Amino acid sequence: MAHGDASTSDRHRLTLRSHHSPALATTITIESTLSDLDRQRLQSVLCDPLLESGSWNTQIGPLQLDIGLIPGVTDTAAEQVIHAASLLGIHVTDAAVGRLIDLDRLLDDREIRSHYTNAVIERWATGISVEPGYALRETTVSPTELVDLALDDDALGRLSSQRGLALDLAELHVIRDHFSAANRLPTDAELETLAQTWSEHCAHKSFRADIVLPDGTVLEPLLDQLRRSTNEIDASFVVSAFDGNAGIVQFTPTRTYALKCETHNHPSAIEPFGGANTGVGGVIRDILGAAHQPIACTDILCFGPADTTDDQLPDGVLSPARIIEGVVAGIADYGNKIGLPTVAGSVLFDPAYVSNPLVFAGCIGVAPSPRPALTGPHPGDRVILLGGRTGRDGIRGATFSSMEMDATTGDVAGASVQIGDPITEKLVSDLLADAWHLYTAITDCGAGGLSSAIGELGDGVGADVELNLVPLKYAGLAPWEIWLSEAQERMVVAVDPHQLAELAALAHRHGVELSDLGSFTGDSQLVVRHNATPIVDLPTTFLHKGRPRRRLQAILPQPQRAESVPQCNDLAGALLALLAHPNISSKAAVIRRFDHEVLGSTVIRPLTGACNDGPADGVVLAGPSDADGIAIGIGVNPWFGLSDPEHMAWAVVDEAIRNVVVAGGDPEAIALMDNFSWGNPTRATTFGDLVVAVRGCCDAARAYSAPFVSGKDSLNNEYLAADGKRHAIPPTLVITAVAPVADVGAVVTPDLKGVGNSLVLLGTTRSEFGGSHLSMVIGDQQPRAVPAPQAASPALYKALHRCIVDGLVVSAHDCSEGGVAVAVAEMAIAGRLGASIIPSTIHHDIVAALFSESTGRIVCEIEPSNVAQFVEAINVASDTTLAAVIGSVSADHSMHFGPQLNLTVAQLVHAFNGTTA
Amino acid sequence: MTIAINRPRALVVRAPGTNRDSDAVFALEQAGADAHVALLSEILETPSLLHNAQMLLLPGGFSFADALGAGRLFALELSTRLAAELTAFVAAGKPVIGICNGFQALIRTGLLPGANLKAALGPNDHGRFVCEWVQLQPVSQRCIWTAELDADIHCPIAHGEGRFVCDDTTLASLRSNDQIALRYSSPNPNGSVADIAGICDSSGLVLGLMPHPEDHIVQRQHPQFIRGHRGGIGLGLFQAGVRHASQL
Repeated sequence: MAHGDASTSDRHRLTLRSHHSPALATTITIESTLSDLDRQRLQSVLCDPLLESGSWNTQIGPLQLDIGLIPGVTDTAAEQVIHAASLLGIHVTDAAVGRLIDLDRLLDDREIRSHYTNAVIERWATGISVEPGYALRETTVSPTELVDLALDDDALGRLSSQRGLALDLAELHVIRDHFSAANRLPTDAELETLAQTWSEHCAHKSFRADIVLPDGTVLEPLLDQLRRSTNEIDASFVVSAFDGNAGIVQFTPTRTYALKCETHNHPSAIEPFGGANTGVGGVIRDILGAAHQPIACTDILCFGPADTTDDQLPDGVLSPARIIEGVVAGIADYGNKIGLPTVAGSVLFDPAYVSNPLVFAGCIGVAPSPRPALTGPHPGDRVILLGGRTGRDGIRGATFSSMEMDATTGDVAGASVQIGDPITEKLVSDLLADAWHLYTAITDCGAGGLSSAIGELGDGVGADVELNLVPLKYAGLAPWEIWLSEAQERMVVAVDPHQLAELAALAHRHGVELSDLGSFTGDSQLVVRHNATPIVDLPTTFLHKGRPRRRLQAILPQPQRAESVPQCNDLAGALLALLAHPNISSKAAVIRRFDHEVLGSTVIRPLTGACNDGPADGVVLAGPSDADGIAIGIGVNPWFGLSDPEHMAWAVVDEAIRNVVVAGGDPEAIALMDNFSWGNPTRATTFGDLVVAVRGCCDAARAYSAPFVSGKDSLNNEYLAADGKRHAIPPTLVITAVAPVADVGAVVTPDLKGVGNSLVLLGTTRSEFGGSHLSMVIGDQQPRAVPAPQAASPALYKALHRCIVDGLVVSAHDCSEGGVAVAVAEMAIAGRLGASIIPSTIHHDIVAALFSESTGRIVCEIEPSNVAQFVEAINVASDTTLAAVIGSVSADHSMHFGPQLNLTVAQLVHAFNGTTA
Repeated sequence: MTIAINRPRALVVRAPGTNRDSDAVFALEQAGADAHVALLSEILETPSLLHNAQMLLLPGGFSFADALGAGRLFALELSTRLAAELTAFVAAGKPVIGICNGFQALIRTGLLPGANLKAALGPNDHGRFVCEWVQLQPVSQRCIWTAELDADIHCPIAHGEGRFVCDDTTLASLRSNDQIALRYSSPNPNGSVADIAGICDSSGLVLGLMPHPEDHIVQRQHPQFIRGHRGGIGLGLFQAGVRHASQL
């Protein structure tokens, strides 16, 4: 769509000022010939006098900061302005929506960037208006270029970094040799296609690399290790693992669930709202791409401390406060608008995440069963694009997210970041719910855009597509940009030509744009044309199997594993400090911004208890008329990973499993997902940490017979500051566990429920303080043992589950950060009841009894008349003494750990919530 | 299979971005209606879909992304293309309910609160989207949806723009005409004038409310069900609408 030419069109600008926050105005720029009446009618739609005031074409004052989007950034509001005008019969050629901020004083550019704007998506000026984005679009198309690869290694390396290819020399040599054997030069589109397909993001080359130890031993690639553990567990409920867009499991005969969790770290670092927003949109598309309907989202967020000051920030890094606000708003915007409950999650804070915040976005979907398998694409099927239009957004996202970031990343990577459009994705999702019988294969356009979607679907079969049939947001895209654009909200399906008319009619009904780009051919060749001329002509075998396998050196860590206890004299002070620690204290400010009620299927919510403010362990979902459902749990602990990544991996698998078991999930049928966010894998120690973490995952999965069904790694989470200092994240592994709940009427929450009930601790407490939160709050720097695997845990959880099913368990809470003391305190806060604990029943050392973070432990509330039966059931089943009565629920609204620690529940609530009870 | 005799036909409108349509269908079905989702585009093409229905529900969501303010474009679609049909629908005595985004749309069309009255739903006073459970006191005896309710409803809110505002004349008129349908009886979550959670029109047939009674239809949906809480379900509100529609 070209913008109007100046002779027939005027520019009008409406400034809207909310009565509620008048210093922040919205500007709407409209390209149209408008009469006074037109302006009145438009204003009556765009402005509600009870809420805001509107004024046309007002001068910008010297202390006003005018902000607009840069060309190509999705501007949903502007599209709706054009839509609204058309309903009024007013023709508008273009529109832009921006912000106008009243400043107290003149700010320099650094201050403006630090407080108000983001150069990745915005342009701004003080005292004058910025040109609307639509007026600045490039409309000249650069032609397809041929790239000469007959270069020496230095020049090849420079070519890779100039074009942002993120290919190493071995890969560049293979590509050079392929084209020299074919006796021609590659096009820019071919080179970009190979770079995206072979990127760390798409190809997981470190997870597929041969692992070389210092003594020359070669280990099996990490992905193969994970797959092998799943194959050996051979669980009957696994339908599909590590294949396609999501893992698929089946707990009951009538439905299957699709599980996926993604990372969106790099984009969220430079444009927090858009990065997190499209992270959610992308993982929902993964579920759609597995032919399931999404039912819930999860989110795990790692940030720098919220109080980090600007002078503590490396150059080019946004402040944690802005990143937190943007990421939370971005997740809320997508999940809330598309209408999915955002349920399970975690929010972690550590200075190591200042330069590299992490955003893990998960989604779960459901499909009725049985349903015919998708067997395509078949030769002759059409290549059909559904959903949003393609623009110059998200170019080279896959390679961008595969590289380290530095101070220039924000400036150069602008084109890699996008803003989502959840409404378009909702329409696509609604269409696919009705159209599942009309396609033979499906995938989403994620990283790499059409190149990876059509490239992956065409693997083995081949495809021939025409790019001028791709609907564009605006003119001016080079052919390779159309092919590589990661514009959001697009799906590709393979459709039998006989069913195309029916799909087209359905798409029209749902308001989804459908484009027939070409066909799957059967000749195993990927051919991409622009105006009939081929710009890509690659054998799919070379694209998908031509990449040379990497070999990565690994130096395995040698952790300190001797038990020891730090000294802590002020037990009450330590407990209050733990409850107030950002990692443990209430996340209500984040959780309440996510709609966790939509669909009416949330049975256990992330906040629970008498005042709906206690932290739940697992969440439980079930349709309002279903008897059964699923439990979802999360495990994550990067502080364990700093010194002992192998035990960290076991501990977080155990934590995720424990979270679903305490909520009522069945430990006999747990499916796991892994998400590794790590540093640069070419550093042998960093890769060594990853190698042992995967080993810990596989060992734990086998111990619990809980197979991994899906995983995702994000490597190179490092930031090279302008001063040459390198900032890497701690080894961060997020585990998601999903298990069936046979009777959602009999779930369990952690809030204390009855005065006089007994408190029983399950599991063994050892002196394990490595990476513990007690060490953090008392400033203990000694190397100490990270909690070790507990061999008895799998049998223990099964025994606990039988007791839950038998109705013996009134409440249950897992012990994680802060140990038994924090666990019991959280139960007391959630139930607004006191508890009295005898520390010596837990461990002879009171500090270990209260604060050790040993794995495998759960505090249960049991009615006195059931205690003997419960304890016996646990101890007999686990063949050792794993259940011990440690105290009881008290009537005095206080918490006592022996005579040494006495606090009122009101004090606990105050520390945890940061407010008075 | 229940036979649809005496089950009034309820139409649930799905605009682009509507997302609580399935929650609403579940509530209406449980309340005894024969509920169907119709896309806004289908109703615009075939207004007879409206004539064949006995009740109408505009559900929650983010119609057209709420990009120009909550419900504004949805309302513009309704008032530029379906105004006569909607007026006729209410004139025929058929009940209408708008929940959350549906309320935001109805209030912009002018169907609520009604002629010469001025009300709006603005951003929450704390400036953020909030999802939490609230308690609602049924107030209006004029409103066919609330007149027979005798207990508070517990249900969630999930909105960023739910602050009810109106001028003094309108507030006085809403009070004297018994058009305040529901008030927050738990702490006011968004700064709404006079704790107003829902209002009806002067006929009592058209109800708009911000909270989501459709998400508390079965006891198990209450967050404290597991602590023994029973009651406060929103089903009665939908049953009242269905009862009225079935007598048409």
